[in-house]
Amino acid sequence: MTHIELPTGVPGARILGLGGYRPRRRVTNDELAQVMETNDEWIQSRVGIAERRWASEDETLVEMAVAAGGKALAASGLAPDQIDLVVLASASLRAPIPGIGPQVAYRLGIPRPGAFDLNAGCAGFCYALGVAADSIRSGSTRNALVIGVERLSDVTDQTDRSTAVIFADGAGAAVIGAADEPGIGPVVWGSDGDQFNAIEIAAGSSTMTMAGQAVYRWATTKLTDTLLQAMEKAGVTPADIDVFAPHQANLRIIESMTKRLGFGDDVVVARDIIQSGNTSAASIPLALTALMESGEAKSGDLALVLGYGAGLTFAGQVLVLP
Amino acid sequence: MSREDIQTGLAEILEEVAGVTPADATPEKSFTDDLDVDSLSMVEIATAVEDKFGVAIPDDELGNIKTVGDAISFIEKNQG
Repeated sequence: MTHIELPTGVPGARILGLGGYRPRRRVTNDELAQVMETNDEWIQSRVGIAERRWASEDETLVEMAVAAGGKALAASGLAPDQIDLVVLASASLRAPIPGIGPQVAYRLGIPRPGAFDLNAGCAGFCYALGVAADSIRSGSTRNALVIGVERLSDVTDQTDRSTAVIFADGAGAAVIGAADEPGIGPVVWGSDGDQFNAIEIAAGSSTMTMAGQAVYRWATTKLTDTLLQAMEKAGVTPADIDVFAPHQANLRIIESMTKRLGFGDDVVVARDIIQSGNTSAASIPLALTALMESGEAKSGDLALVLGYGAGLTFAGQVLVLP
Repeated sequence: MSREDIQTGLAEILEEVAGVTPADATPEKSFTDDLDVDSLSMVEIATAVEDKFGVAIPDDELGNIKTVGDAISFIEKNQG
């Protein structure tokens, strides 16, 4: 029988650089209150969002992904030709063919990498990171660029207060590479497909709908175990965690998870949603970038991340910040 | 469990989840109109009811529960 050779793997992968792109236009709650039945107090009390960014026409998915990816590349210190895999997570492509991963790679000067898009809703970044890290560990890939990018303002009814006040735009990216000491823990991922229509853009529709109560209940009751498993599988305990950066879906969900995990004041909790809204697959890298830029999180910190959303899907892991 | 015991337990939940003064949690009160409990706090109350009374309130039932009395009746009818 023919013997198929496999590459020699490496002990693990780690994040080498992070980068983010926030659209220029800030949209305040007061601005939204002019076009729909809502107000600043209503929005802040329910979702904790003070303002969000909505992309202008020229801030396309590709342009935002290139901007965030370029910053992550620069932060990593790697040259574009050292990247051989690009995984782009997004749920807001309006044209399904082609995926935009190859074009983003080309624009960044990355020569002919493996490149594809991945749609796991708001869990997309953590799914993409899991896929890319395992590809590096197996030896199939040397270095990878993982990007989460969304223009959810394109797919929300801007007069529907149950979605328009929440969803926003932006891009976040991470460059990851091989490491003798693993800096990305095992991904713990899963799905609850019985709730497939809890968050959806129905076929033929151009706007997203969300069963807010159902999603809120799911997020606050079903995902604590995933977070605990992500730590357990990585061999760390909640006491080892420096930074908690869950998907920025709703400030009340973030506070509920923080409380359930028993994290105290010594853990830095990402609350980028206050300034950025819910940017789906972009939210975790954007939140981590903001915490590092502000100095609240620092290189070498151990972060716990969890993406969750449409599908319903979820994925979490433990990371060492670059 | 009697209706009175359920009301007492529910009042404890309302105080913890939504800061409602226990004496205000009387059967005729509307969650949204009288007690300022929003739709997401209703979900938190449902979760706490399940933990405390072992009674699950599905999402589609949650919309039918408008008053404290509705919640007491639902728990009373469905308790094991």
